[in-house]
Amino acid sequence: MSEIKVDVRGETCPIPLVEMRKALRKAAEGDFIEIIGTHPASLKEIPMAANALNVKIISEEQQGEVWTIKLQK
Amino acid sequence: MAEKATIIVHSGDLDKMYSALIVANGALSMGMEVSLYFTFWGLLRLKKGGLSKGPLSKLNLFGLGRAMIRNRMHKANVASLERLMADFKELGGKVIACEMTMEIMGVKKSDLNEDLIDLYGAVGTYIQEARESAITLLI
Repeated sequence: MSEIKVDVRGETCPIPLVEMRKALRKAAEGDFIEIIGTHPASLKEIPMAANALNVKIISEEQQGEVWTIKLQK
Repeated sequence: MAEKATIIVHSGDLDKMYSALIVANGALSMGMEVSLYFTFWGLLRLKKGGLSKGPLSKLNLFGLGRAMIRNRMHKANVASLERLMADFKELGGKVIACEMTMEIMGVKKSDLNEDLIDLYGAVGTYIQEARESAITLLI
């Protein structure tokens, strides 16, 4: 079970969603994907996409401007 | 089967190209299948190196408005159209070029960025995609 890290800090729409999708395509089932970013809308939209893709959301955190979302395929 | 989105890219304007590619990438990211059907002015943007050449749809002001918007996009770190198109293709998006437009506007296949284009089609191709689509747009 590996972990894929995606850093989209400073990136804006639609890049955080796109990079999350790319990481999910590369991931094997059971892999973790950790995405960190600063785009406010993506904090809501990435979990939305995860639900649409039937991907498990492990955690969502925010520290100041930076959010971290952890998913498991 | 995944839901589909089909977008007719009729306009070649810069801002509209952004709308088309951002929506397209958004749909792909949410698990949909997406086809972009390039026709009329949109098709001209598929010419080699031509993706970002369009004016603004409004307030172009002989290029001044366009320059201002591009500057703001740069400051906000918005991805380039070239990047968005590359991501679109990488995520499995389909690019269809309208053959009728090519004929009317005298555009040859060799004028176009053929790497990007998955299919050359006419209206039947579009209808085939659109009739199965949950989302259809004309941009």
